[in-house]
Amino acid sequence: MRNFLIWLIVAAGLIALPHTLSFSLQEILVFLVINVLLVVSYRLLTLTGEWSLGHVVIMGVGAYTSALMTKRLGVYVPVSMIMGALMAGFVAFLLSFPLFRMKGFYFLIGSFASAEIIRLLWKRFREPFGGPKGLKRIDSLADINIGPIQVDFFEPVAYYYFALIVVAVCLWILWRIEKSLVGLTFHAVHWQDKLAQASGVDLRRYRTLAFVLASSFAGLSGALLAHYIGTINPNSFDVELMVFVLTWAIVGGTATFYGPILGCVVLTLLNEVVLREMGFQQMRPLIYGAIMIGSILFLPDGLESLVKRAMAAWKRRSTPAAEPGKESA
Amino acid sequence: MSAPLLQVRNLTKRFGGLTAVDGLSFDVRKGTIHGLIGPNGAGKTTTFNMISGFYKPTEGDIVLREESISGLMMHEVAHRGVVRTFQHSTLFAEMTVLENVVVGTHMEFPPSIWNALTGQDAHDRRGAEAKAHEALEFFGLLAFQHSLAGDLPHGHQRALGMAVALACRPDIMLLDEPFTGMNPEETSRMMELMNKLRSSGLTLLLVEHDMHAIMGLCDNITCMSFGKFLAEGGPQEIRNHPDVIEAYLGGARHVA
Repeated sequence: MRNFLIWLIVAAGLIALPHTLSFSLQEILVFLVINVLLVVSYRLLTLTGEWSLGHVVIMGVGAYTSALMTKRLGVYVPVSMIMGALMAGFVAFLLSFPLFRMKGFYFLIGSFASAEIIRLLWKRFREPFGGPKGLKRIDSLADINIGPIQVDFFEPVAYYYFALIVVAVCLWILWRIEKSLVGLTFHAVHWQDKLAQASGVDLRRYRTLAFVLASSFAGLSGALLAHYIGTINPNSFDVELMVFVLTWAIVGGTATFYGPILGCVVLTLLNEVVLREMGFQQMRPLIYGAIMIGSILFLPDGLESLVKRAMAAWKRRSTPAAEPGKESA
Repeated sequence: MSAPLLQVRNLTKRFGGLTAVDGLSFDVRKGTIHGLIGPNGAGKTTTFNMISGFYKPTEGDIVLREESISGLMMHEVAHRGVVRTFQHSTLFAEMTVLENVVVGTHMEFPPSIWNALTGQDAHDRRGAEAKAHEALEFFGLLAFQHSLAGDLPHGHQRALGMAVALACRPDIMLLDEPFTGMNPEETSRMMELMNKLRSSGLTLLLVEHDMHAIMGLCDNITCMSFGKFLAEGGPQEIRNHPDVIEAYLGGARHVA
């Protein structure tokens, strides 16, 4: 019951939020929602212990696929987004054959190299990918015009609500997967792959499953992005964005489900709101890097460890307070 | 006398120029405890790793119920009913004791994403946890089910490793030095449990240095030395076998 109330307040807050913000902050809010899906899908991949540097390009696969579907084949937008997600998953499945011959650091390098190949293919082939200039004038969602209800998805607020619903559903799915026996098996593969295998776990299969699932959700976040900004090019998915994703995940921490979300939200606020307000235009990447180094040095378990400590302290404070109450009752 | 469940035929493993196991053959009969002993470096663990699918044999064959399992991957071997434990405390240290054993039920309750999303996996999860409880109960670990596996004392960690293997419901359990690091009290309790496992129909193959445990438990012992088969027989035979004594204590010939 209390949990339900908390979720209700969170939902109300998220619905009311854009109306309190300026236009430019509304735009940032849409990106933030999309990035939350990106970084949470990245965490699913890290559950099996593999860190990839190709996640952002896989997101781009979803974006390009969905954009091309609408432009060339006239597929309706929400359907094209799902096809983008499926294509990203399929590309990940193909990449898994060479990549999962490697582990750890070699996987990291291999994922970066194969992602760069995909990105350079977009650059090289003007047809159909548009070359270095990418794709322009990508359709947004069709306007809704049913009597009194009129929604124009060029408005950030309208697109925010759409993205929020999609991302919320995706987060719920990812949460269910993690808490299930599938998620437990992912953890097992991460912590002791030998013991997991001796218990009958097909390591290759589960590593591939995590990779394909994470990539599908990344592809969906890419499709959400493409139909919002309306133009994508190979540089939208370069290593700079990948570094941002890594920073969100590392600063937030990847031990819990909410860690990367926390990292993404806090750092985006810091980057877009605080630093911009303070006039640090050019120095922002520098400060971002400093924050990442600082958090590795001083907060190795990420922002989530602060939340954990705060919750433990809260419990300690409330438990002794509850006990005298019991005695008197 | 029952038919052999597991047959090792002319098994050989070479690492570059080194022959770790050289033409080893022995049979493991159903429902027995079979010991594999030998001085350090005799190739016991290598043999073990080949049977469990961790290494591929260079030559030779491993036959389980008339089916060759040599060269299969470890999880494929596990699916055929041969499950191993590891030396030291190879556990999912960051997971709870219960979760560790639930991973062991992986084959009986294969996870499915679809069931997880539709909530149909609640039944499987309960089943898996019930099976895990059974295995924990058997090894006396039920009281620790919610602690982290990494926080358990060493003896309990060894027992947990076996509980994970037991939860796999194997036909043969391969135990790699199960008594290492246990005090005599823990050792004798573990021996009792192994006797119980044998009487429930399970077959055990164990590599061990603790001679007291080996002699007290095993129906049959295979002794290796320098990668080669040395002797086989019951505990009495092995104890008095001149070649075994020579391998362990060094022969007078070499000293002279």
